[in-house]
Amino acid sequence: MVSVDLLINAIVAGILLGGFYAAVTVGITISFGMLDIANIAQPAFILLGSYASYIITYYVHVDPILVGVLMLPVFYVIGMAVYRLYYYSFELRGEQSIQGLAFFFGLLFVAEVSLVLIFGVDYRFVEAPYIGPSLHAGIVDLPLRMLIPCLVSLIMIALLQLYLSRSFIGRAILAVSQDGLALQLMAASPTRIKQIAFGISVATCSLAGTFLIIIQPIEPSIGRDYIGRIFAICVLGGMTSFPGMVAAALLIGIVESITATFYGPSWAPAVAFGFLLITLAVRPAGLAGR
Amino acid sequence: MRIGAFWIAAALVGLVIVVATRLAFSNEYFFFAAYVVLQYIVLSTAWNILGGYTGYINFGTGAFFAIGAYTSAVLHKMPALLKTFDVMIPPIPLPVMILVGGVIAGVLGLGTGYLTLRLRGVFFAIATLAMTVVVQTLIVNWDYVGGSRGIYIIRPAQAPLGGSYIQYLYTLMMVLSVVSVGIARWIERSRLGLGFAAIRDDELAAEAGGVPTLRLKLIATTLSGALMGMAGAPLPYYVTYLDPASSFNLAYAVNSVAMPVIGGMTSWIGPIIGAVLLGTIQQLATVTISSALNLLIVGILLILFVIIAPNGIMGLISARQRRRAAIIEAAVQQRQAA
Amino acid sequence: MIGQKPSIERGFRRLSLMVVLWLLLVAPFASAQTPNGEPITIGFSMPLTGGLAVNGTSGLLGMQIWAEDQNQKGGLLGRPVKLVYYDDQTNPALVPGIYTKLIEVDKVDLVVSAYGTNVTAPALPVIIQHNKTFMGLFAMDVNEEFRYPKYFSMLPVGPDPRAAISEGFFEIVKANKDKLGLKTIALGVDDGEATRNTADGARANIKKAGLQIVYDKTYPPTTTDYSPIIRAIQATNPDVVFFASYPPDSVGLIRAMHEIGLNTKICCGTMTGPQSTSIKTSLGPMLNGIITFDFWLPAPALRFPGVMEFLDRYQKQAAGKGVDPLGYYLAPWAYADLQVLGQAVEGAKSLDQDKIADYIRNHTFKTVIGDVEFGEKGEWRKARLMTVQFQNIAGTSVDDFRDGKGEIVIWPEQYKAGDPILPYSSIKH
Repeated sequence: MVSVDLLINAIVAGILLGGFYAAVTVGITISFGMLDIANIAQPAFILLGSYASYIITYYVHVDPILVGVLMLPVFYVIGMAVYRLYYYSFELRGEQSIQGLAFFFGLLFVAEVSLVLIFGVDYRFVEAPYIGPSLHAGIVDLPLRMLIPCLVSLIMIALLQLYLSRSFIGRAILAVSQDGLALQLMAASPTRIKQIAFGISVATCSLAGTFLIIIQPIEPSIGRDYIGRIFAICVLGGMTSFPGMVAAALLIGIVESITATFYGPSWAPAVAFGFLLITLAVRPAGLAGR
Repeated sequence: MRIGAFWIAAALVGLVIVVATRLAFSNEYFFFAAYVVLQYIVLSTAWNILGGYTGYINFGTGAFFAIGAYTSAVLHKMPALLKTFDVMIPPIPLPVMILVGGVIAGVLGLGTGYLTLRLRGVFFAIATLAMTVVVQTLIVNWDYVGGSRGIYIIRPAQAPLGGSYIQYLYTLMMVLSVVSVGIARWIERSRLGLGFAAIRDDELAAEAGGVPTLRLKLIATTLSGALMGMAGAPLPYYVTYLDPASSFNLAYAVNSVAMPVIGGMTSWIGPIIGAVLLGTIQQLATVTISSALNLLIVGILLILFVIIAPNGIMGLISARQRRRAAIIEAAVQQRQAA
Repeated sequence: MIGQKPSIERGFRRLSLMVVLWLLLVAPFASAQTPNGEPITIGFSMPLTGGLAVNGTSGLLGMQIWAEDQNQKGGLLGRPVKLVYYDDQTNPALVPGIYTKLIEVDKVDLVVSAYGTNVTAPALPVIIQHNKTFMGLFAMDVNEEFRYPKYFSMLPVGPDPRAAISEGFFEIVKANKDKLGLKTIALGVDDGEATRNTADGARANIKKAGLQIVYDKTYPPTTTDYSPIIRAIQATNPDVVFFASYPPDSVGLIRAMHEIGLNTKICCGTMTGPQSTSIKTSLGPMLNGIITFDFWLPAPALRFPGVMEFLDRYQKQAAGKGVDPLGYYLAPWAYADLQVLGQAVEGAKSLDQDKIADYIRNHTFKTVIGDVEFGEKGEWRKARLMTVQFQNIAGTSVDDFRDGKGEIVIWPEQYKAGDPILPYSSIKH
């Protein structure tokens, strides 16, 4: 018999997990949804963010989330540099599909192997005062190590949404995702706008990576589990919409949590990927036209 | 040369290499390493049928490869299982396992293709990544083949064809290499290959021109997947210990992408060049430096080639040939003008 | 000089002078019996990174100290010994390749296993194929399927390994069954070779103890979030909780237990991990109340000849190296592992694998962890292990655990140092 207590806690844990997944996916919503760049190396940047948090908090005892915020400009610059390389190598030549994908795939792989060479395969984690304790509200447990990243993640996404809809560059980004030519006619360089957008998408990995290492211990190969989740959430969420993406993230978080609790954690990775395959198979009309 | 002649020539080359090496080398480790290189020839050639010829990038080599390996594991345990139901069958020979593995992997390719090939190439690529994890999760949860803990395979005491069992596996893999390269070249020169190329160059135009793109894509995926499955089928006997983490290793996916990209995706020679070059480097590095470092080399080479030389080594060679021809042409014209 | 006849006598005198001088120079060293010649190589893989590295690095140091000691005593058969090893990264898939390389390329004279079941079992098909004698270190029942006659296990679990390791835990359960009203049990099992073997044995013991299983699930070794498992277990309200887990899982499980507040009467089965110093110091008081197994502690009844001196040297060498600083769990066993092999080679006076195996089978060995005698399947003739409970741990420094502090032996009678504090839920964390 299903214990209500257990079910409610599984759902709550799923919601918190979904909030984290939203932070992980928002970068792809920008780079893939809006810019049409299939950055499958996104998990590598996230892991970089995690390891950056690990290394810095190892030497300087500050809060990991603070580290994540401070590293935002660094990741922004990295993102812009990667876009420049991508632009000159692929977009300019007009050969985007296979070569671009192979490029990001190679990037993902090189990042993982480099992390193994530098940090080894041992699990790494950070310490913070909110890792360990839980809030108990009646029958509901709210572990702080999941609650805090979830809240900060939602704040980050809300701020990004504000930026995109209110600021000039933000609206230019939304415009370039719709029609690059029109943007050019408005005397704004689409390339520069795309560069900024891609930079932002990689910058989010700084915080997402910090959330990751707060929630669970990390090691280099866990990036692969996230590829499917990220794209599943992006596609389910309608590609460009932030609210849609958050809703999809919560959905996948809840389903994963329920699966892990009632069927065992060994089935959880297949959930997101299963969602992705089914979505791609069943909703091609909305996606094929682009 | 005509396709029939090519098959014979390829088979002869394979035979000569096998006989020469088995006579010349007594150290087992050579065959241990050579098996891996041959395995990558099959994987790269198989990948290239879908990737280079048809233009659809597949990151899921690991899934097809592992399906082949686990099919062999299931068939290996079959006699013992059936004995409990009082049904006696002899141990299933490896060539049969290879064929069965190929069929099952081919079916998986067909299924994946059917689900996703009506979409853009990007979604197919992402779907292949997704599929790998799904198949891996299924295997992890399947106790019969050992799940997470893995399964042990004891090699039969006697190897057919004399010599040690590793030499037998090496010979089998050489046969598979010849078969896959033969198939690749046959496709290149056939109408099927023309159809694939049309899809690669401009799918919408091909569709408009009446090419049955979905059917062709499904053929490519099935064939590619089947060959990858066959490459994986002997794996349990090679490693003697099979577990999901290693059979679904991302290294298989990266290598089967990198080798054709680096060798050259437009012809059957490219994957062979890439496989022999990268495979040999990796085997040497494993023994001398470390296995992690050699994977790094592969990844970096992939990125460099994709950026600088997207047509691979074959592309560089043919570019040089064209330039040389152009220079000669210009020189000839100058002389004529003079 | 011209004109002088070459004098044989003078040459002979010069020669004898040189010989005498040489003998005087060499004599002091001769008594140290410096081994010379081609080294005898002992090959193995070891988890120096990955989940088992916390113990693997400690074991390697123990083996290196053995090699130093043996070379000081003149090596093996008069030749120096050399260890040839590779990091298997706690990855079972790398093991067959490593042992193939050791045997075919490095051509080592002797082979021993890595530390741990999961990285020992995959080596066996390669070892069997090459007909080598093989010492297994802390490998749980790997010879059950192969029944290889040249395998010998350095793990004191005796002829029924799977049941023996949880026997003490279930004796405690049976002793308290009526007092605490123990009826139900939940099992969480890591999906790896060692832990599944352990769980098989536990289920047999559970039947004998007459408990009802209300939860029995395996989890992949790569799990990082154990909260769903702990919550699901708690939902079944078990009286006893049993985990068969490896170091990374044990840490994850214990942390999750505290985050959620696991409520049960007896915990935690046969967790591997809390026996290692770095895990003790990272979990500290979170360990209080946890019952698990151990194979050796510096208790008075277990101070076999040579072990405390060994640990002394080990601890001095471990100080700068980032390995287990106290070395109680694995290092003495790794040392003893090679002691057995070395004594067998000397005893058989040969490197022939069959002669060595025969010698091992038919002799009792004196090692730093006591007398060792092998029986069926290559396991010990008699089991000798303990069930311990962590009690009254207040801090997280190495000194809180020195000399076996904080870890109390509660079974068997022979080594018992205290009674278990029960129920688990009564202990403040």
